[in-house]
Amino acid sequence: MIKGTVIIDRDICKGCELCIVACPQESLGLSKQININGYRFAELVQDNCTGCVNCAIVCPDVAITVYRQPKSALKKAV
Amino acid sequence: MDVPTTLNGYELIYKKPSTLTEKPFHYCPGCGHSVVHRLLMEVVEEMGIQEQTVGVAPVGCSVFAYDYMDIDMQEAAHGRATAVATGIKRILPDKFVFSYQGDGDLAAIGTAETIHAVNRGENILMIFINNAIYGMTGGQMAPTTLLNQVTSTSPYGRNKEAMGYPIKITELLAQLPGAYYVSRHAVYTVNAVRKLKKAIEKSFAYQKLNRGTCFIEVVSNCPSGWKMTPVESNKWLEANMFPQYPLGDIKIPKD
Repeated sequence: MIKGTVIIDRDICKGCELCIVACPQESLGLSKQININGYRFAELVQDNCTGCVNCAIVCPDVAITVYRQPKSALKKAV
Repeated sequence: MDVPTTLNGYELIYKKPSTLTEKPFHYCPGCGHSVVHRLLMEVVEEMGIQEQTVGVAPVGCSVFAYDYMDIDMQEAAHGRATAVATGIKRILPDKFVFSYQGDGDLAAIGTAETIHAVNRGENILMIFINNAIYGMTGGQMAPTTLLNQVTSTSPYGRNKEAMGYPIKITELLAQLPGAYYVSRHAVYTVNAVRKLKKAIEKSFAYQKLNRGTCFIEVVSNCPSGWKMTPVESNKWLEANMFPQYPLGDIKIPKD
């Protein structure tokens, strides 16, 4: 399976949890720490992200940047 | 912000559109406004029309829309965004013009301007965010508030004898011959957001062809005004708003 990862801007995230609900892999969760605005922010809790971009599409604050393995890497692995 | 295009061999596949400014959104957590802002700016970026787009900001929660969108924007008086957009489009007919309004702005104080702008078939895109409440001023009842919905000015629920019925302004406008494309969307799930983006793309394409008014209603949430968490508010939206405001295309071009 293609692997991906997300970078979440913790200072912009307002902890609305919409990305957590949208993630089909349950990769995201809320942090135990708080950010500069006092919100708990979303973060990767499992290393099973596939880079499907669902979280970034529903994120109201555009805090999520998504990276994914290039398709060529998958061919090499096979 | 410069985003690296690769990270540990992974390629960048999604980032904030360059047509949004650096300023973080001031909206409440989970608000649909910023999703619509982002989609508009994604479409503008993808079509390469940043220099040719003029937006008109409303009065309401999205009054500072011009702070976030890195395009030419004009602020309009309460309810008059479509009237201002009409002026801009007539002076600059080769620009892409859109107005962005909420339900208190478009469906209450600006009803006359809205109906006449559509009736004249002004060649603009009108975005209408419907969250059934006046969000900015503290969750008062709006014309679009559902029957029996509790707001700060209808604490026992909206009563049809005293306060009338929720207005379906999108269906009203679809009857007018000036309306070319009328559609209702939402931003509560990934699929809904993708569909809304397609609709915005289509509307800008129609505007290029001078086809007439494109009107997109976005049924959105207001977690603060509804006194719910963002996730709960999306569930409430699905259960209560959609029976009254069903999603889908209401008027589609015949050709």
